Order: sequence, then structure tokens, then C-alpha cells
Amino acid sequence: MMGGQRSDPRPHFRVGHSVLTGCKVDDLIAEFLTETAESLEVVDSELVKFEANPNERKTLDNIFRLVHTIKGTCGFLGLGRLEAVAHAGETLLGRFRDGKLEVTPTAVTLVLHSIDRIKLILNGLEQTGNEPDGDDDDLISQLEAMAEGREVAIETVQPVQVPDRPINADIPEVVIAEVKPELERPLRPGEVSLDELEAAFLAAEAPDWMSDPEPEPVVEVKAEAPKPEPKPEPKVEAPAAVAPKAEPVEAASGALAAALGDENGGIATTQSIRVSVDVLEGLMTLVSEMVLTRNQLLQISRNREDSAFATPLQRLSTLTGELQDSVMKTRMQPIGAAWKKLPRLVRDLSHELGKKIDLIMEGEGTELDRQVLELIRDPLTHMVRNSADHGLEPTEERIALGKPANGQVKLAAFHEGGYIVIRISDNGRGLNTARIREKIVEKGLATRAEVEGMSDQQIHRYIFAPGFSTAAKVTNLSGRGVGMDVVRTNIEQIGGQIDLNSIAGQGTTFTIKIPLTLAIVSALIVGAGGQKFAVPQTSVMELVRTGANAEHKIEKINDALVLRLRDKLLPLVQLGPTLQLEAATEENATFVMVIQVGERRYGLVVNDVLDTEEIVVKPLASILRDVDIFSGATILGDGSVVLILDPNALSERAGNMLEEKVEESAEDAIAESAQGQKVAMLLFRAGGGAPKAVELEHITRLEHIEAEKIERMDGRAALQYRGKLMPILNVADTYGFKEQDIQPLLVFTGEGYAMALAVDEIVDVVEDFLNIELSPDRPGVRGTAVITGRACEILDVDHYLLRGLAEHARRQPAQDLITEAA
Amino acid sequence: MSIRDYVTLRVGGQLFGVDAARVHDVFHPRGLTPVPLSRTEIAGVLNLRGRIVTAVCARRRLGLSPRPADAPEPLAIGLEVHGDSYGLVIDSVDEVLKLDDEKFHAPPGNLPPRWAEIIVGVYQLEKELLIVLDPHTLLDAAHLKAA
Repeated sequence: MMGGQRSDPRPHFRVGHSVLTGCKVDDLIAEFLTETAESLEVVDSELVKFEANPNERKTLDNIFRLVHTIKGTCGFLGLGRLEAVAHAGETLLGRFRDGKLEVTPTAVTLVLHSIDRIKLILNGLEQTGNEPDGDDDDLISQLEAMAEGREVAIETVQPVQVPDRPINADIPEVVIAEVKPELERPLRPGEVSLDELEAAFLAAEAPDWMSDPEPEPVVEVKAEAPKPEPKPEPKVEAPAAVAPKAEPVEAASGALAAALGDENGGIATTQSIRVSVDVLEGLMTLVSEMVLTRNQLLQISRNREDSAFATPLQRLSTLTGELQDSVMKTRMQPIGAAWKKLPRLVRDLSHELGKKIDLIMEGEGTELDRQVLELIRDPLTHMVRNSADHGLEPTEERIALGKPANGQVKLAAFHEGGYIVIRISDNGRGLNTARIREKIVEKGLATRAEVEGMSDQQIHRYIFAPGFSTAAKVTNLSGRGVGMDVVRTNIEQIGGQIDLNSIAGQGTTFTIKIPLTLAIVSALIVGAGGQKFAVPQTSVMELVRTGANAEHKIEKINDALVLRLRDKLLPLVQLGPTLQLEAATEENATFVMVIQVGERRYGLVVNDVLDTEEIVVKPLASILRDVDIFSGATILGDGSVVLILDPNALSERAGNMLEEKVEESAEDAIAESAQGQKVAMLLFRAGGGAPKAVELEHITRLEHIEAEKIERMDGRAALQYRGKLMPILNVADTYGFKEQDIQPLLVFTGEGYAMALAVDEIVDVVEDFLNIELSPDRPGVRGTAVITGRACEILDVDHYLLRGLAEHARRQPAQDLITEAA
Repeated sequence: MSIRDYVTLRVGGQLFGVDAARVHDVFHPRGLTPVPLSRTEIAGVLNLRGRIVTAVCARRRLGLSPRPADAPEPLAIGLEVHGDSYGLVIDSVDEVLKLDDEKFHAPPGNLPPRWAEIIVGVYQLEKELLIVLDPHTLLDAAHLKAA
């Protein structure tokens, strides 16, 4: 239901009994649908908030105003049915507001039911253009009874079954249709489409209201209307097919508005305008093309000594970069947009399961690309439901265990590098290690002997393994792992990673790390078998130079190639032979790219590392999608097309390297625990803006050299340093070297090469805690942190090391120069 | 009676036609980047005015002999299938013919399966037969796999 709606014609609304005439009615209705749907989402979560804290006057006012607005607009548009329901709801809310009625869970449930009813009618309105037939006397009479303070037997009121994605406000429909969540390629073995994922969720422990909307056979309800018993199922003209033919522009612009103005509870106080997603997408495409053209121009200018062009071109380049950033920003949405439904979901689950659950959300404002947001919405919902359902113990059990009665599900999001990190944690019982171990053996995923030798963490990770659980067995599974392999593949598909940490009796934490955007990525251009390929930089951990004279040598175990790297063996995949471009040989290999993909770490052997470039990812034609090793293609600065390698697919060629990762993650844990310690930092200034800082341990030396000694060619700079030519990079593209005087340099050493970073001034060396608080706004910066009371940008050393290495590689033809200098 | 325009082209000496409305452009497939591990029919990907076009070799797709070494530079016709841009690499392009639907015949039953599904029908021209190709099945991944 998510694909292929790209060019949906605008649905045509016919309003039968509208008080308005003329051509504007359709627009009004469409606008109304968008706005109302947005408001309803807010009402949902506000009501849950309100229930928890009935004295919160502001929340109630907010709900009241939203419902009032819906009512008013319905009356104006001649939507009688909606108006009546909204009116009754408003009356009840009014009683709460006047303090004449006590807020009870029953009352809130009733209001929620009326919201559901409104959604149902809206859904019908959207599909047919008319309010669906039916009457709401049952619901209205209950609302009225409640408002008058009479007893209402709420149990008899079954919630109407609102389709999970009722109205066009369900922005995901629209957006997903446009972004093609399948990433433009067929699914690989083990991967599952979002549709299936959705299906798995529904087949799983879905609460009643999530299931397929099958309007119950309509009984004659009218006669019994005044009594509170009747079933509230309205006579719906089969809105059963839940495939909202959403109207892209309106609905999606709603998304934008939501992104811009919804953070403080739906009151759009910020200055914002609605822009259609089509326009934004168009802008994005144009900017992408512009980036490509800029790259081409830069490439041409590199090969010429025509200085007249250099300055304006540099300026153009900077502007293009800024423009790209700005346009990217318009695509950014707070992750809270994907969390909006969760308070209601958790509330309903809590009632259904009889568990007391607190949902805590942190970092709702953390922004990420719209496209990525849509792709993680469903996995996140699933995981929260899982945590609440399976993770948390029933309240009585918690009390018996001496835990706080209220279980807690916590969502937290923050930026880290070019990634967004999302944590979903519960303070429940933790994973059942013994049960999972049994299941691994039972499913034949590992032998008993293997399982016995594994750590708990390794065992737990099996819940992500394909085939570990099937949707059919969900309900009788005591642990978790329901469709977690589906969640994992969906996250890995967008270049993300997922991991978990579970402690028996204390709870489980899932950590998801996903790139902020998918449209433009930094890539390393590598050579293998006489052809060029692009490798996304996000998965490259480091580059190691190998070969006859290098420190690191490729070694053989039987036929398998390995690299000894810091006392560990790294399994290697040779790119050329893997692609059947050349016979396997160790002679041409000069670089090993250490690549990390989810659980695995391996080395990719290439002949050359040529360049780093910002590339615009274009999908491959469908005829090529069976070649899973490529995730797309791009046009380079020189106009040639290169294929983008998928590190994930390549890793499968390196076999199962789970063991390797475990060691590494232990290392990571140590690195993490070191965060609480003071770090020696070098402060410096470069290229204006905030002062910059880098951990001292990364720097090999500090040098002050005479500016004249810097050699320039093709717009690059280098220095003869210790008998070798060392490339000098700038911190910012806009910033040039000093023409005269003394140039301070920070010298870094990579695997077998050195590079320098030119700065304006070295300020100080200080010791402080390093807590990166703000996310980076450009590559080369890890973020902003407060160092000795000053906000400093923290340098991303790896970024510059990769650039430096690329410079080295490009300089290979100039070998004679190096020997001369030596 | 209705008239249709066909771009006529030659592959291995045989005359083929493609609905002219489907043909976006005709170009020389240059600067091809081969796609390792792909099907043999795939000649590579190339940059056509900023768009990435997948070039498919018609000879290989039709199971014909490879192009002789001394043959003139091949041409490609630009087609769009399922929103993807393709270039069908052929030997040469002839003219655009206006043909009457009445002279259109369903493909004969004795064609090899590889041909049968990609051929819409046949026109009997004065001198020879014009075989009308269906770009959709010609370039569709599923059909390609079956071939």
C-alpha cells in the first residue's frame, strides 16, 4: 500500500450537502482534512497527558480549543455528522474545564472514542468525498449523559475500529509513496518489505484497534439509541480498504507545518508557511544536480592554472554547499513526528494489559531527514509496543519484585556525528537468555556447543537473526524477538545499525544508529580491476596501506586472506576478484579499507584510493537490481558514471565474522566508559567562527613553518616534510593558507602516511571533559562541545585522515618528487 | 483505420520497429561503465546529459551473434520503462514509418520463446517483414530473468 502512488491524481471531493457552492469547496475540504488530522493527532496525545495530570489547565484548554475548531469548521463546511460528534465531545470537555465534572479514565476513554469516531468519518469523507452514512446517536447520548454527570457503562462502548492509517494526515502514506522505501531495489534474501513488516506487526500482538477494520454487521441501533448499550459502530459504507489515496501536496505540506509548528502542542506560533513536498523534492533534485555540476567545474579547474576562475569558483562552491545544507534543512523533521502516536498506543496497551506504563520521550526535537523518518516510523512503533508488551512485567509482579509499580518505556534521540541515535529502553524483566539459547539450538541457528561458549550479549543478538522467530509464534513466545530480524533488515537497509543490551531483571535497551540523510553521501572513490567504484564513507572505519614495503602485510590462511591489524586478524574481501574483474592476486593490492557493517568488520582490498567526493545517490534501473553488490550509481565530477558499492552485501562475501565484532564492541565499551574522564584537548582557531578543538592524542606533532615553503600545484598544497611530500589540508574550504609569515600546522599520522592541517593560530592545550552536545553542521566536525567554558567545534580527525590519504594516493604519479626530496 | 509511427532499426540484419512515441532519443552509447556481475545483456551504465542510463545490448537480448569487430559504431535508442531510463543498443536506425493497423499481424506461433514474448506483432512491408518490439517486456527484469 505504500508504493507507486507517486502520481496519484488529486482526489476529487464532492460535497453533497455543502452550504458552499463553487469550485473552492474541494480545496477547502482537502485543507480541512489535513488540518483536522493534524489536530486529532495532537488531541490524542494531549488527552493521554491530560488523563495523567487532570489539573494541567493548559493541556485541557489546548484540547478544548482543538475540538472547538474542528466543530466550527465542520459547521461551516456543512458536515453535519462530524459537527454533532465534535459538539458532544466539546460539551463534555467544557464540563471538565468548568471543573463541574471529575476527570476519570472512563470519561477520557469516552472522549478518545469520539475522537476515533471523528477519524472514521473523516476517513470516509476522504475516500468518497462525502460523510459516510450512519449515525452517532449512541456515542452522542453517552457523551451527553457523561456531561450531565450520569453514570455511563463505558464497557459496553467498544472502541470503533479506526484504521491504523485513517486519514491523509497520516503523512507517512504520502511521503513514503514518494520516497520509495524499498530504496529502489528489490529485497534481498532475508529482507522484508515495509508492507510485510506492517503485516508482521499486525499479525503480532496487535491490540484490537490495530486490527483490520471490519465494520461489524450493522444492527438496527437507532431504536435503542438513547440507552447506553448500543454498539457505536456506525453504518459505514465500507471504508474497509485502508489505502488512503492521500493527496500528496496538501497532506505532506501538513507534515511540514507539523514539523515547523507542532512542537509546542500544535499551536503554530512560529512563523511558517506551507510548502508542498513536490516543490521541496524539486528543489532537492536541482541542488543535487548543481552539486554535480559544481564538482565537474572544480575538476576542470584543478587541471588548469587559470587563476582568474579560481576565486569566483571557490565562492560558487561554498555557496552551493550552503544552498545544499539549507535545502537539506527543509527536509529535516523532528523525530517527534514519528512518535506522536506512541502516547496513545502505550495508554491503550496499558489499559488492555492492565499494566501501569509510563512513556518517557526525550529529544523529540532531534531532526532527521523526512525520508529516513518515514522509514523508521514503523520499526520504532513496533519496538515500543514490544517493550511495553513483552519487556515490562505485569504490575503485580513488579510490586512483588520490589520494583516501582509503574513500568517505564523510554525513548531517547540525539545526534552523534552524521547519525541520529535512538534508544528504546524499558525497566522490565530483560531478555530470557536461557529461552533464547534453547531457541537458537532448536532453530538450528547454532549448535549447542557453540551456544554454550557464547556470552549473554551474543545470545541476545540472535533475536535479530533471520528465522529466529516467526510472526505466527509470536504470542506464545515468552521472550522478545518478534520480527526483530525484520526491524534489523529495515534499519540496515538505510545504512543503520541496531544493537541491544539486556540485563536480567533490569530491562532491555535497544540502540539504533541511522544516517541523517540518504540523498547525498560522502564517498571514497576507489579503483579495482581497472574500474572505479564509490564506497560510502560512513561505513569506512579506516584505511590501511599494504604492499611490499608497507608495515601491514596481507597474509593467507589456506585460501582466505587476512590482515594483521593491531594484533587482530581482519578477514579480507578482494574487490577486483569478487567482481570478477581480475584474478585473485596480492600484487596489485595497495589499500585495505576497514569496513564496519552492523555486526561485521572486514577489510576490502582495493588497488587504489582515488578521491573523496560528495555524491548524489541515484538508484539503479530495475533490470540491474539483482546485482545486490551495488546500491546505486552516481555521476562523478568528470562526467563518468560509477557504481556505488553496498558494504552490507559485500560483507556477506567475507563470511560470518560475528566473533570479530564482539571483541571490537568490548573495546567500544571501554572507550565509552572513558568518556567520564578528562581529555587533553588542543584548542586552535581556523577559518573564523567558533574556536576548534581536537583531542591531543590524535596529533603527532605541531609545526610552525615558513609559509613560502608550502608547495602548491593544481590548487593543492603540500610540504616537503621528513623527506616525503606531505599534503596540507585546510579546515574549511573557504579559508586559504597564509601567503607569508609562519604557518602553524597540526601533523597527523595515518597508517603509513602523514598529513597536515593548516590553522590560523594554536591557542592552548587544556584538559576538560569532552561531551559533544550539539550535532555537526558539516563534514569534518564531530559536533560542538564546551571546553573550559568556551563552545568549541570538535574536529573529526578521521574525516581529514581519509582526505589526506586520498591526496596521497592521487600524488602517486609524483613518486619521483618524493624520492628526490628524500 | 488508424496509423501508427514506428522507429525502424536493424539488429543483426533484421528489421525491427518500436512505437515512435516510446522512443525518447537516439544516441551513441559512449563512456559506458560496465556493471560487474550483471546479466550478459547489460552493456553498462552511462551518463546521458546528467541522467544515468542503463544500456542493454539488443543482440545479446535477442540471442543473436555478437557484433563483428569491423562494424560501424553502434547506436542506442532511449526508452523509459517503469520510470527507469534505458538505452537499447542496436546496429543502426532506419527511418520512421507510418503504418496502418490493418496490416498488423500477431506474431507467428513458431517463434523461439525468447523472441515470442518480446514481439508484439509483425508488419508485412513490401520488401521484408518488420518485427515490432515491446520495450516493456524487452527491458523488464522479470522477463529478462525468464529469458
